[in-house]
Amino acid sequence: MPNTNSTAKETAPGVMAQAVKEGLLAGVLAFGMFLLYVGVETYQNIDNALVWRMRWGLLAIFVAIAAIGRFLVVGFVKPHIDRRKLAKAKAGIPEVSDEKGFFHRHFLKIALIFLVLYPPIIVSLNGVQGSLKYVDNFGIQILIYVMLAWGLNVVVGLAGLLDLGYVAFYAVGAYSYALLSDTFGLSFWLLLPLAGILAAFWGIILGFPVLRLRGDYLAIVTLAFGEIIRLVLMNWTEVTGGTAGISGVAKASIFGIWSFDVGADNNFAKVFGLPMSSAYYKIFLFYVILALCLITAYVTIKLRSMPIGRAWEALREDEIACRSLGIDTVKTKLTAFAIGAMFGGFAGSFFAARQGFVSPESFVFLESAVILAIVVLGGMGSLTGIAIAAVVMIGGTELLREMEFLKHVFGEDFTPELYRMLLFGLAMVAVMLFKPRGFVGSREPTAFLKERKAVSGSFTKEGHG
Amino acid sequence: MTSGNTTMTRDTILKVEHLSMRFGGLMAINDLSLEARRGEITALIGPNGAGKTTVFNCITGFYKPTMGMITMNRRNGEQHLLERLSDFEITKKAKVARTFQNIRLFSGLTVLENLLVAQHNKLMKASGYTIMGLLGLGSYKREAEGSIELARQWLEKADLIDRADDPAGDLPYGAQRRLEIARAMCTGPELLCLDEPAAGLNPKESLALNTLLNSIRDETGTSILLIEHDMSVVMEISDHVVVLEYGQKISDGTPDHVKNDPKVIAAYLGVDDDELEDVIHEELDGGSH
Repeated sequence: MPNTNSTAKETAPGVMAQAVKEGLLAGVLAFGMFLLYVGVETYQNIDNALVWRMRWGLLAIFVAIAAIGRFLVVGFVKPHIDRRKLAKAKAGIPEVSDEKGFFHRHFLKIALIFLVLYPPIIVSLNGVQGSLKYVDNFGIQILIYVMLAWGLNVVVGLAGLLDLGYVAFYAVGAYSYALLSDTFGLSFWLLLPLAGILAAFWGIILGFPVLRLRGDYLAIVTLAFGEIIRLVLMNWTEVTGGTAGISGVAKASIFGIWSFDVGADNNFAKVFGLPMSSAYYKIFLFYVILALCLITAYVTIKLRSMPIGRAWEALREDEIACRSLGIDTVKTKLTAFAIGAMFGGFAGSFFAARQGFVSPESFVFLESAVILAIVVLGGMGSLTGIAIAAVVMIGGTELLREMEFLKHVFGEDFTPELYRMLLFGLAMVAVMLFKPRGFVGSREPTAFLKERKAVSGSFTKEGHG
Repeated sequence: MTSGNTTMTRDTILKVEHLSMRFGGLMAINDLSLEARRGEITALIGPNGAGKTTVFNCITGFYKPTMGMITMNRRNGEQHLLERLSDFEITKKAKVARTFQNIRLFSGLTVLENLLVAQHNKLMKASGYTIMGLLGLGSYKREAEGSIELARQWLEKADLIDRADDPAGDLPYGAQRRLEIARAMCTGPELLCLDEPAAGLNPKESLALNTLLNSIRDETGTSILLIEHDMSVVMEISDHVVVLEYGQKISDGTPDHVKNDPKVIAAYLGVDDDELEDVIHEELDGGSH
């Protein structure tokens, strides 16, 4: 044992030399990469001509962060981690311990209790009006994406069908609610299931011609479908209002008993003698979307342990083997598409009721990409992982708007909003580097004889179509 | 799909008549006729590229044959023309199950789940096509327990019970082969088609496979059709052997008969046509003692 200790010390100068070398290399690379992106600033002068100047200071900060960061990682962090691993291995402590902490074991319960208590906590901290931002921008926004990602998870994570046009079903749900409530004056609670059914119907319509395709081809056709829906919404002006969209979409009510319309007699705030605020509506919506999410999770968990859910996962693993076992793969794929689309439709109608306004702007390809990124980042098939990924991705982008302290690092004229997407991309690359299978890479088996053991992500497949 | 085919006896489970399969200019199978009898193990052998797997793919619906008729005679008297059914219907309705030359397990599902997926159609019906099962109505719960029980039986038979909760991809090669057979058996087939089940097995595993196949035949009455290169397996367990070469049948009979058929020897040893005569003469001379 003293032997290995001495070798660790002996190699230390070697490590330092290595660290300096790699740090310099990282600095040079960063200089090359950021020279044009960060180093050059273009702006318009008083004559409206485009001129540029160098931002050497900012560039130097970027390069320094890269060089020093790399130096520290190679010189100190890595040897430290290696030493700890070695010590652990010597002590005979297995890398993966089965003992989980209290927080880890009860994570879902804690998360649920937190979510239920979230609005009261925020209100008590920031007051009714001040809670608006946290409940709406963080709470509702994140939960909508959780629900969308859980819906897409059925298609991509379980059945292994790469769908790049998922936002189309979200749009169908949103416009179904907006148009039907506008034209027929139907209530939110009636239209919510109807929007889900309509979206599922569109899922099947898309599914029929598309499901003979596999892999990349399927992805491209679903992408096209998403764009077609958006273009129809944009150009069918008589019905959808074109790019202007539909505004003044009716608000949801508490089962028709209390309304949130300002002029109504049974207005929630009026009835309870509270000061007028839109915050009550948002808090109500928060609980609605929370309930919708829980329903989505319940149905997904339930379906997974039923023959149809197992067939989805089997389909992801090997389609030909499925057929050899007498499983009708076309019907199985269609059900996956329909169920996934249905959840998208629910989320869509909720979105319309929350915004009070729908337009094709909200259903661009980037939305599909973000939802898909959440599913992949979370770990395909894992509900917990996906929820965490939604919090990180959506909450993270919202949070970056508020990063005032970055001004102290990069100077007063640094606007964090502009670097939002850059930091966001960086974070994604980092996550994929360290957790290539997403936050939760393992899968929970749906049945067991003796004990439930999680299946490592290295055995599961991503699906081919 | 019952046809008035009276020439088929109750003993014949599968009858292939004048089967041809053409891929572009290549005639993979040329006018092949063969029969498999109920309760027997029929082996399909032949040199590499003889068209054995193509015959399998035609029988199990993964290829549509260019010509010919494949009749499956079920125990309850139903007759199915397999060339008219699609691949999954052949397993579902005609009760023909198969395994693959390159093992196709659901590697990310556990061993038990693999066997439960195989009971999909039965469970779908019991769960009222998911709707009743979601609401907790009907016989789904009982049926689900029954399917786990069936899986447990097959796991015991295939000697995999200790690995039931491990991912299928984590099993050693020989165990994966046995699991694939157990999975096919969980569909409740009357005819089990095995594509080179002994490929890549060591002698001990090969022996265990023989025991498993014999017990399948004797205890469940399932007929077996298998492709095999390992002669020790073929000669040991099969009741009937069909030999293919270049998509045509060159011999058909008991293992002993086939083993001594000069045409088979020529096919396997690669003798030229003019030398074939010599081989036959030698055989005749040698057969006198």
